Amino acid sequence: MNAAQQIDRDAVSDRTQPLLKVRGLTKLYGPEKGCQDVSFELYPGEVLGIVGESGSGKSTLLSLLSGRCPPDRGVIDYRLADTHKNAGQWLDLYSASEAERRTLLRTEWGFVEQNPRDGLRMAVSAGANIGERLMAQGVRNYQALRAAGLDWLNQVEIDPARIDDLPRTFSGGMQQRLQIARNLVSGPRLVFMDEPTGGLDVSVQARLLDLMRGLVRELDLAVVIVTHDLAVARLLADRLMVMRRSHVVETGLTDQILDDPQHPYSQLLVSSVLQP
Amino acid sequence: MNTLIEVRDLSKTFTLHQQNGVVLNVLRGLNFSVGGGECLVLHGHSGAGKSTLLRTLYGNYLPAGGSIRVQHQGEWLELVGAAPREVLQVRQQTLGYVSQFLRVIPRVATVDVVMEPALARGWKREDAQARAEHLLARLNISQRLWQLAPGTFSGGEQQRVNIARGFMVPWPVMLLDEPTASLDDGNRQVVLELINEAKGAGAAVIGIFHDRLAREAVSDRHLDMTPPDLDPQAPMASSVKETEEC
Repeated sequence: MNAAQQIDRDAVSDRTQPLLKVRGLTKLYGPEKGCQDVSFELYPGEVLGIVGESGSGKSTLLSLLSGRCPPDRGVIDYRLADTHKNAGQWLDLYSASEAERRTLLRTEWGFVEQNPRDGLRMAVSAGANIGERLMAQGVRNYQALRAAGLDWLNQVEIDPARIDDLPRTFSGGMQQRLQIARNLVSGPRLVFMDEPTGGLDVSVQARLLDLMRGLVRELDLAVVIVTHDLAVARLLADRLMVMRRSHVVETGLTDQILDDPQHPYSQLLVSSVLQP
Repeated sequence: MNTLIEVRDLSKTFTLHQQNGVVLNVLRGLNFSVGGGECLVLHGHSGAGKSTLLRTLYGNYLPAGGSIRVQHQGEWLELVGAAPREVLQVRQQTLGYVSQFLRVIPRVATVDVVMEPALARGWKREDAQARAEHLLARLNISQRLWQLAPGTFSGGEQQRVNIARGFMVPWPVMLLDEPTASLDDGNRQVVLELINEAKGAGAAVIGIFHDRLAREAVSDRHLDMTPPDLDPQAPMASSVKETEEC
């Protein structure tokens, strides 16, 4: 236990500071369409779930947070990794250049799409999908890329013998796991997920959830996950934001929101779920 | 007595917005504290709010008012209004909660379910596994089940897996919600031993025990949670009585 405490102490300065600071984030497509006045801080290793009905603004918020769509108002500050040339400095996401934002998205961040076909390159092999981020970071050694491909297929429970196969020959669950491997290979600190279990059948969902849960802990990832499935939220998220008609109506510890929701809409949301 | 948890003027209400905004006052003006090595047993009939109190202390329910302070890593920390990540820290290091029910995670093996609290604290895997196997054996979970996910186990087996998980690491403060309910005599005895060992190691225990034998085996004090409207003798200001012996 002493060794672990030592590691804790070394990591303490990193962990006591937020990774992401979001203030007054607003993007409206129409009255109550989009999201307004969202503020929160996300710490290293923390998993934040965003829940709410369709059209409540969850996906809009995720696009703003992940640098894909500039907000009408509001600021997102991100604390750069120690490996970055401006280590530990705060980057204002939408004041940064397009190139800086794109670099971030390929290295320190990841994005897992609901539909794996949107997040994978379907015309190249599984191994090439995994190697892409490493190549973008300058890894050129074929053996190293191959080894990373095999290692990550193994980690996401895909038979490494499938490394040269095209993703379209994979099942939906395997494609989703490949997409996760493709994102995690660069060792990101922050991963955005948009309904990652949405299109999968239930038996495949359980396996993917268990895998994601393990990886999030092992790699100490901070995650922002959008889901309308409260069981997924309970299993993965440390805390939740409940959205309704573009507003965040309630935030708190996941089990507190699910077991003792305060806002009328949260109560409706929780009580509407069928208990299996 | 070194106090490890201190509760002042704690109240809990439920507002049922889906049911015409009915407001239920479940806890009102609770005051108590528990020291290391001491077990406070919650008394009261069904519906008096015993489980609600434990869940509120754990942060699972949001208090309506008052204060819950715990000794967390050498400092007093106020849990009412604490940030989620602070509550999670307290749950990892300081505050343990054992109920009768195991929340099963699909596909995770029993031994991994049990050792998770230790791994979360950074124990070495071998140490965690040894302790988990020791507890599973003590709670009479057959060795052939250890590598299986507990989803298909009987209710009693799941309950004992959950108890093994609850006692996996030493907790400064433990909340026990009927851990001995519906166990056979042999297993109940093991759980009572585990509770007394935890007390011996300096834990402050707050528990609900419906069977008298279990209560007598671990209790040092009790907290009467009978609501004041059912007890005309009780003055409103101190609806809760603490007594030294039960």
